[in-house]
Amino acid sequence: MDWATVLPVVWFFIIGFAVIMYVLLDGFVLGLGILLPFADDEDQRDHMMNTAAPIWDGNETWLVLGGAGLMATFPRAYAVVLSALYLPILAMLIALIFRGVAFEFRFKAHTSRWLWGVAFSVGSVVTAFAQGLILGALVEGMPLTGGKYVQGAFGWFSPFAVMTGVAVVFGYALLGATWLILKTEGRLQRIAFDLTRPLMLAVIGFMLMVSAWLPFLDSQLMERWFTGAHMLWLSPVPALTVLDAVLLWRAVLKNREVQPFVLALCFFALGFIGLVAGMWPNIVPPSMSIWDAASPPSSQGFVLVGAAFLIPAVLAYTVYSYRVFRGKVLAGEGYH
Amino acid sequence: MPTAEFLSRLQFAWVMSFHILFPAFTIGTAAWLAFIEGVWLVKRTDLWRDLYFFWLKIFAVAFGMGVVSGIVMSFQFGTNWAGFSIAAGNVVGPLLNYEVLTAFFLEATFLGVMLFGWKKVSDRMHFLATCMVCLGTLLSSFWIMSANSWMQTPAGYEIREGVFYPADWWQVIFNPSFLVRLPHMVLAAFISTAMVVGGVSAFYLLKGRFVDRAGAMLKLALAFLAIVIPIQIVIGDMAGLKVREYQPAKLAAIEARWETASSVPLALFAWPDEQAEANRYAVEVPHLGSLILTHSWDGEVKGLKDFPRDERPPVKIPFFSFRVMVGLGLLMLALALVGLWRWKHGTLFSGRGYLKAWVVMIPSGFVALLTGWWVAEVGRQPWVVQGLMRTSEAATELPAGSVLASLVTFVVVYLGIFGAGIWYLLKLFRDGPLPAPQRGQPATPVHGSRARTPARPLSAPDDPMGD
Repeated sequence: MDWATVLPVVWFFIIGFAVIMYVLLDGFVLGLGILLPFADDEDQRDHMMNTAAPIWDGNETWLVLGGAGLMATFPRAYAVVLSALYLPILAMLIALIFRGVAFEFRFKAHTSRWLWGVAFSVGSVVTAFAQGLILGALVEGMPLTGGKYVQGAFGWFSPFAVMTGVAVVFGYALLGATWLILKTEGRLQRIAFDLTRPLMLAVIGFMLMVSAWLPFLDSQLMERWFTGAHMLWLSPVPALTVLDAVLLWRAVLKNREVQPFVLALCFFALGFIGLVAGMWPNIVPPSMSIWDAASPPSSQGFVLVGAAFLIPAVLAYTVYSYRVFRGKVLAGEGYH
Repeated sequence: MPTAEFLSRLQFAWVMSFHILFPAFTIGTAAWLAFIEGVWLVKRTDLWRDLYFFWLKIFAVAFGMGVVSGIVMSFQFGTNWAGFSIAAGNVVGPLLNYEVLTAFFLEATFLGVMLFGWKKVSDRMHFLATCMVCLGTLLSSFWIMSANSWMQTPAGYEIREGVFYPADWWQVIFNPSFLVRLPHMVLAAFISTAMVVGGVSAFYLLKGRFVDRAGAMLKLALAFLAIVIPIQIVIGDMAGLKVREYQPAKLAAIEARWETASSVPLALFAWPDEQAEANRYAVEVPHLGSLILTHSWDGEVKGLKDFPRDERPPVKIPFFSFRVMVGLGLLMLALALVGLWRWKHGTLFSGRGYLKAWVVMIPSGFVALLTGWWVAEVGRQPWVVQGLMRTSEAATELPAGSVLASLVTFVVVYLGIFGAGIWYLLKLFRDGPLPAPQRGQPATPVHGSRARTPARPLSAPDDPMGD
């Protein structure tokens, strides 16, 4: 085992970690945007946004880490995936712009306050859908010819990708609803409680549909899941998912406040791990492996030294900031 | 239809030109906020706390726009410049990754504490958060300028089969032009912010509003500019010497110099004609070109005709941009020097004409910064990595329709979003540094608020901050 073999494996896990951190942390913030139309009035919408206002920015940075990390350590994958998925990525970026500025603009605006609420909401839905499309396209596989993607501007478009797009919208909404249960009280919390179970049913439905659809996709992912030894070490994933679903359902029934959010995070993470584990060791299924895409050990090693010190530091002050802003967020609370 | 490569270049120039203004303003404002809060910690007077909260809101809006346009930038290299990412990702990628790890998380996380933590953490902790955000902006400029300087003056690499491999990271990071270009950029950001601080203060003085606050700010901005602009001119001159040494074609384009010659004049104005390889309507000062560019009366400056046509940058954009940048720099210096003189004679706040000049010049720092950036980037063409990789090799082979669609979208969205953002900034400036709510003193009630929760130690006696 030399560095050129080991380092790409290490980086596959680090980038996987960055992506899952992003999906979970920005997921619940996007979920707030998706659920915004269910609020009673504009003040309630302010309240919803204020639950995430101090932390959304740090959460979103995990996406930038995923992007920059991919460029530094798997430049070929970065180039192929981003250029092949040009249009969905463009849609995601534009939607993230609207979503992001809404946090500041909404509180500076008076007559147009509702408009930035719409920007926040539509931006969140489109971001979530585009991310689901990107995930679906990767799971299905992106065939390369001579190291290039030659399927044209809409090569990623498929019924399966559209379904994963919708699934991610519902998944993020579930995270958002359980976050609201954790961070609010009274009427707003009630709305969140009422939304959680239908959302759970939808997410479970989508998980079953993905599982049922996979065998017909002829993607490399299925091979991974259903051949011999893999099935053995992957089998805890579906088992834990079922257990998590049952616990989440009960926690919501019993009006628990903390458990639903934690369990929803686990639920989402398990589904995500299930799909990503199926991709291994390819970073761009079906044919580009992490070793094909990797930058040289001199690059991966150089960043690894920094990452080994800096990622724990980042996690430490992220935890600090969540501790500063722990507890319920009251209506009208903000700096504006 | 134009080629995908040309459209990608337009798109990059568009998103980059918008993006750069916001980080530049946040670099300056973050340092300014750290300064104000530091003074407040020592003096504990209302004036400084009010100023802090005023600039904090401005900072928050600018930061928000910087973040969203920055996310676009971090994906541009993959979406539109796949050739560059594959060839240079090994070298440039790690620098950008270090930017995320050292700077972005620091800024984004402590920004939350800075904006929302006033009542939840101690004064010292809050000051630390402000300093962390400030440090983050500076670290970010460190890495981004390192990456960009490497593209201007590459070092510490090997090329194998058209792909760059890092050979010596120390040389990559501290490449030949980095240590000059970094302070040039950071000072440009500081100067742009000081122009805003001074100009906004002059605006309040003209209106007779917030006179004590505006007076304090104007003096600070003035003193800062009087010290820093001369330093910036010296560093700019050093940057010019680096360009002469490493990118002679860029220097020739900046000067619209066609023939290699000694004792070259300085063209104050001209209309460069690239077809005829000559300048029209030139207004020149003899010997001054050599003196500035080579620091000698009859130094030699290379001309564009020494380079094959397909290795020459476009001439007009660097030529005119450079003159705008330098011209504005000199105007800003004049504004500061006149201000010092008036300060000494006790007429700083009384001359309406002088204060109006400040207001008019509010954007000049940003215009200088933008034109300076165009000089650097357009002047490097047709190379993306100077002398080694062409921009045409860097572009992704995309359907031109996709790029056209994205370009149009970016133009429309950026005009709308950043137009709105600038509108909100102007609105905040119009409102001015109103008294900030004090601890223990009820603030203006916010509708629907149910204040007071004993669960949080610092918040017991107070209401939410509102304005």
